[in-house]
Amino acid sequence: MEAFQQHTGVALPLQRDNIDTDAIIPSREMRSVSKSGLAAGLFAPWRYLQADERIPNPDFPLNQSRYEGASILIAGNNFGCGSSREHAVWALMEAGFRVIIAPAFATIFFNNALRNGLLPVTLGPDDCTALLSFGADDPQQCQVTVDLQACSVTAGDRVYAFEIAADARRMLLEGLDEIGLTELDGDRVAAFEQADRRRRPWVYLDQGESS
Amino acid sequence: MPETLFDKLWREHEVRRLSDSRSLIYVDRIFLHERTGSVALASLEQGGRRVRQRAHTFCTMDHIVDTLPGRGDDTLMPGGRDFIVTTRSSARAAGIQLFDINDRDQGIVHVISPELGIALPGTTLVCPDSHTCTLGGLGALAWGVGSTEAAHALATSTLRVQRPQNHRVTFQGQLSPGTTAKDMILFTIRELSAAGGAGHALEFSGEAIRELSVEGRLTLCNMATELSAFTALIAPDDKVIRYLEGRPFAPRGSLWQSATAHWQTLVSDPDARFDAETRLSVAGLKPQLSWGTSPEHSMDWDDSVPDPEQAPTGATRDAWRRAQDYMDLRPGSRLGDYPLDAAFMGSCTNSRLSDLRLAADFLAQSGQRVAPGVKALCVPGSGGVKRAAEAEGLHHVFTEAGFEWREPGCSLCFYAGGEGFGPGSRVVSTTNRNFEGRQGPGVRTHLASPLSVVASACAGHLVAAEAV
Ligand code: SF4
Repeated sequence: MEAFQQHTGVALPLQRDNIDTDAIIPSREMRSVSKSGLAAGLFAPWRYLQADERIPNPDFPLNQSRYEGASILIAGNNFGCGSSREHAVWALMEAGFRVIIAPAFATIFFNNALRNGLLPVTLGPDDCTALLSFGADDPQQCQVTVDLQACSVTAGDRVYAFEIAADARRMLLEGLDEIGLTELDGDRVAAFEQADRRRRPWVYLDQGESS
Repeated sequence: MPETLFDKLWREHEVRRLSDSRSLIYVDRIFLHERTGSVALASLEQGGRRVRQRAHTFCTMDHIVDTLPGRGDDTLMPGGRDFIVTTRSSARAAGIQLFDINDRDQGIVHVISPELGIALPGTTLVCPDSHTCTLGGLGALAWGVGSTEAAHALATSTLRVQRPQNHRVTFQGQLSPGTTAKDMILFTIRELSAAGGAGHALEFSGEAIRELSVEGRLTLCNMATELSAFTALIAPDDKVIRYLEGRPFAPRGSLWQSATAHWQTLVSDPDARFDAETRLSVAGLKPQLSWGTSPEHSMDWDDSVPDPEQAPTGATRDAWRRAQDYMDLRPGSRLGDYPLDAAFMGSCTNSRLSDLRLAADFLAQSGQRVAPGVKALCVPGSGGVKRAAEAEGLHHVFTEAGFEWREPGCSLCFYAGGEGFGPGSRVVSTTNRNFEGRQGPGVRTHLASPLSVVASACAGHLVAAEAV
């Protein structure tokens, strides 16, 4: 996984609540058993007037030159609700996003983001609105800095603090492989199973045979 | 310390605390499907790892497979074959049980996992699919994960999980005839909002829950993800025990005795503390229909489409406007004013035998047929459902009324790029999501119960069975 320490970039506004994973990456844009080839399908229903022909919708911020190179997305409440598809995270990352800022995230999306090095930052709705107005006139000049070490978002002279679970933060900062980390607890898992087989023998299908 | 049902399940599966709010949780069952499970198996292989508990890992083909008779590995969805073939070979290489396309038990993951007794009360179950919460209806702690998390569970039999809070939703009163679990959950989402369950494990309880059949409880818990909840739970009772007895993967003999003894303990203690409590009365509840592009955009079927100018906040006003624009609806109009193009019976929400029976009874008793010009589909959730329905002759009722009778799978619950309803079409659907484009580009989905779907299909416009 890609480590995340600090990032500065252009912030793109997408102020809608309940942006679902079908909108982030529609099912039909997930064409192969692969994590890549998804960037062009990002927000396809809104970004294109004709998704098949890829005719851009000029009103959609992702298509506007003022937001060129945007890598921070500022979204509405409950971002990433809907399907569990991790493709939503992969598509955002492939399109260059490193941070999503929203008042709240859907849990599965949040977890998927953490595990891929895409930083989900939870900030209150008022802070999100303030961040947006900071960049509104000239997003290219008014870039935003997100610092995971300090757990802060900086926009000009305003600094906003955010919270994130300690072990999730460490995982991101160090770019740790979570499976490798858990494998270090292999003995505990085996001990848990040994005790659990006595408590809940009916769970274990391998010993199989009923009596 | 008194505990909630969720607290008990969490404690019984906690291998170790990782921090104040996160724990390493033991995963009893993993289910995969060809859409996202194939990615999980592939990343496991790439990391040089194996499936740790093969006997506890299952895979089905449901999302991408066609549901037309005579189907095979080739699909209407472009590139679908690749998913199917890759999933088959990875599942074989991993040595896990696969319910392949023409397996007699193949079907939608959340339909077959209770039907086969793979999901059990008191177990943890994960699947890279957000509707895994369905199994909470049995009293299983089941939740959806991403593909990377699924690979973690496959490799280690555990997950690192943020502990959610407890939220109890108590349903008072009894449903009127003609109103179903689907109407209850649409009503709940409308009351609590699409983000109303965020960060919480919900427990559904109360008189109306005890009265619900096991299949109704699965329908109810299915849409906990539409509340953005971590998952939902219903305490298992005798109905659940009777439902599971003798199912292929359910315990037998003395194991059955020890399982059922354990399941009896799975209730919230009388004075357990919940972080949030909601009471909803379902007495007199009318059938619900969704009008917009979020399940929270639901209303009594005979209400009028709300006026964005009356919205409680500016953001809601904008969301309602966008939704009405997409759905091509006028504020103040009735949903019955708009002609319907299609009707869909199916999905992990409402494709079980009781759903099909309810719909078929309506067709048989009313003697109605699908209105001209309406495309109507009935897609049983699994091979087991299909066989049982055919044994009762339900397929004749559906086909004689003008419904297509399909092979099991997710089918047009979501648009994969192949078969679709066509841009601009208005569809009444027993599914769980009315998001823009969910059932195809430009498709306008109205969520409804099985009864409302068949009644609307026959009327040619949206209506509830009570009006017919
Ligand atoms: S039926 Fe629909 S909601 Fe259910 S698992 Fe399949 S695609 Fe997802």
